[in-house]
Amino acid sequence: MHIIESGNTAAAHGVKLARAQVIAAYPITPQTPLTEKLSEFVAAGELDAQYIPVESEHSALGVCIAASSAGARAFTGTSANGLLYMHEQIHWAAGARLPIVMCVVNRGVGAPWTIWNDHQDSMSQRDTGWIQLYACDHQQIIDTVIQAFRLAETVNIPVMVCYDGYILSHTYMPFDIPTAEKVDAFLPPYAPDDALDPGKPCNLNTVTMPDTRQDVDGNTAPGYMDIRHSLHADLRTAVEEVVAIDREFRNLFGRGGNPLVESYCCDDAEVVAISLGSLSYQLRTVVDALRKEGLKVGSAGLRLYRPFPDQAIIELLSGIRRVVVFEKAISYGNQGPLYADLKSALYRQTTRPEVENYILGLGGRGIQTEELTSILRDACQGPGVENDAPRFIGIRI
Amino acid sequence: MSVQTTVLNLPEEEHVHPGNRACAGCGLGLIYRTVLKALGDNTILVVPPSCLTVLQGLYPVAATKLPCLNVTFASTAAAATGVVAALRARKKEGITVAAFAGDGGTSDIGIQALSGACERRDDFIYICYDNEDYMNTGVQRSGTTPKGVLTTTTPFTGKAQASKNVPAIVAAHGIDYVATASAAYPLDLYDKIKKALPHKGVRYIHVHTPCPAGWGFDPRYSVKIGQLAVVSGMYDLYEIENGIKRLTGASQKLLKKDRSPVKDYLAMQVRFRSFSEEDAKYLQAETEAKWEAYRTQFSED
Repeated sequence: MHIIESGNTAAAHGVKLARAQVIAAYPITPQTPLTEKLSEFVAAGELDAQYIPVESEHSALGVCIAASSAGARAFTGTSANGLLYMHEQIHWAAGARLPIVMCVVNRGVGAPWTIWNDHQDSMSQRDTGWIQLYACDHQQIIDTVIQAFRLAETVNIPVMVCYDGYILSHTYMPFDIPTAEKVDAFLPPYAPDDALDPGKPCNLNTVTMPDTRQDVDGNTAPGYMDIRHSLHADLRTAVEEVVAIDREFRNLFGRGGNPLVESYCCDDAEVVAISLGSLSYQLRTVVDALRKEGLKVGSAGLRLYRPFPDQAIIELLSGIRRVVVFEKAISYGNQGPLYADLKSALYRQTTRPEVENYILGLGGRGIQTEELTSILRDACQGPGVENDAPRFIGIRI
Repeated sequence: MSVQTTVLNLPEEEHVHPGNRACAGCGLGLIYRTVLKALGDNTILVVPPSCLTVLQGLYPVAATKLPCLNVTFASTAAAATGVVAALRARKKEGITVAAFAGDGGTSDIGIQALSGACERRDDFIYICYDNEDYMNTGVQRSGTTPKGVLTTTTPFTGKAQASKNVPAIVAAHGIDYVATASAAYPLDLYDKIKKALPHKGVRYIHVHTPCPAGWGFDPRYSVKIGQLAVVSGMYDLYEIENGIKRLTGASQKLLKKDRSPVKDYLAMQVRFRSFSEEDAKYLQAETEAKWEAYRTQFSED
């Protein structure tokens, strides 16, 4: 069924179709319509879930961590400072290998207060061990939420579905809501065999020693580092799972096909603009305009940011002359995080593109298509930049 | 109290394995064993970092026979809510969820989550074992540390502020059952857990927990010191059921008999060594005044 609705509503429909069993959330702009919609689904009896209106984001993820440990499919959503308030719980959920799904409705972080969009919130949680997926439009939001549960439960790693505050969360776009029957066929009920159960007592997440240790039967149990290494190893193999799950989703629903990096006009491109989220679709407009000028330029957006899809990046960019990284986040005092990751992935290649870094749109600062066009035109025609320093676009003072 | 358990009819079944990592004379060890007997084996425990984490053992060995979820320091009550929600979502009935946290984890870092769960009437039992400091990290002051007590963060002259009355704060949420208990009176504690079980919403039990290492006394005196806290009238055993408060057990008896001097309790512990004669007198007077009011408040008992 096609409807015209907001990105937050698209996410809520995804959660409903995924039959989340426990939902805990605390209101924060611009996430609020998502959780309002979910509480409405539950109150109306359309979604058979426990909706817990918690007193903080720290507790929101705390409820999800415990609910997931007790065998329920758990969901939460937040933005900005709410996400940061969850921080220790975010690490905890990944360390405990719980397949929680969380929507991050991207917003800049204080101080000073901002309610507008950038990616600093989810970027700051990059190294917590969660899978991070970015959606570029409303259809991708609902589809990605459904796939996120399947992915999380396949690899036992929590998944963040990130989408741009206001630009996607509050704008209205047409999208298709798949049937419940189809989603049920794609996403079977969550049935973990190691959930908390008085019939099979176990002591979860207890103090673990630096080294391996024997249990009462003489078996060797892993130490902390072994457990953490397996999280990393499983995250690396999760890249293949993302691809496999996308393939299955496409066979059932007829959508998808570029689950790692979504490229536009990149086949013959000499210059490629790379970004995350809705910005990569805005850059398509710029590419269209520059193509009319005869410039060989393309746009690519990362759909998967963690684990970093370095092989896909290498394949896409190995023959490219110049790559321009546009980012709504920065590692203060250094560079854009995507820029650093991307250069790292390309470092071992014998032929590698020149890479440039632009920071833009922080705290909702307007991103002018004319500015993007001018930068990409220069990247096509100019000599390129001289150093790694990130260039800020749109600074007024 | 309607049911009064004695050593003769206390269940013999243990839910704690023999041998654990508690210090010698640990009050928590007594509480843990007693509470688990009352909860029974159809129970899921939720535990934040605390002495109990250590007592329960290092992976892959556990002292408890019950399933236990270890959670972050501030999220004990939220986690209990999450377990309850999952059990409800999965239509698993009859399982008790019990949160088990220390005084720091309850009165300080965990109070927001606890307050939220009380207000939402989430359905679990919350046990706070109050050893009146952060013991697991090495005896730092907490919100329930009494005034004048020496800790590693209140050296020389002791804590300047009075302790936080956590059971009263929790009771102000209007939940069905709030009780205080003591490690020195395990049967009273056992009966209160039993009494809490059939109630709905959060049920809160605050347990006074002598700590030999943190309070500075010989491990053999844990029960003696716990008893002195009660019979001196400093720490009161009571319950608030559906809004009605009544003294129980040894505290109830104090309405009609003499209390032991407060200084007997103070003298046995290194943590009170900065107390002057004047301080002790002041504390004695404060206790007298409290009990004077109790005699009127609980006269019908």
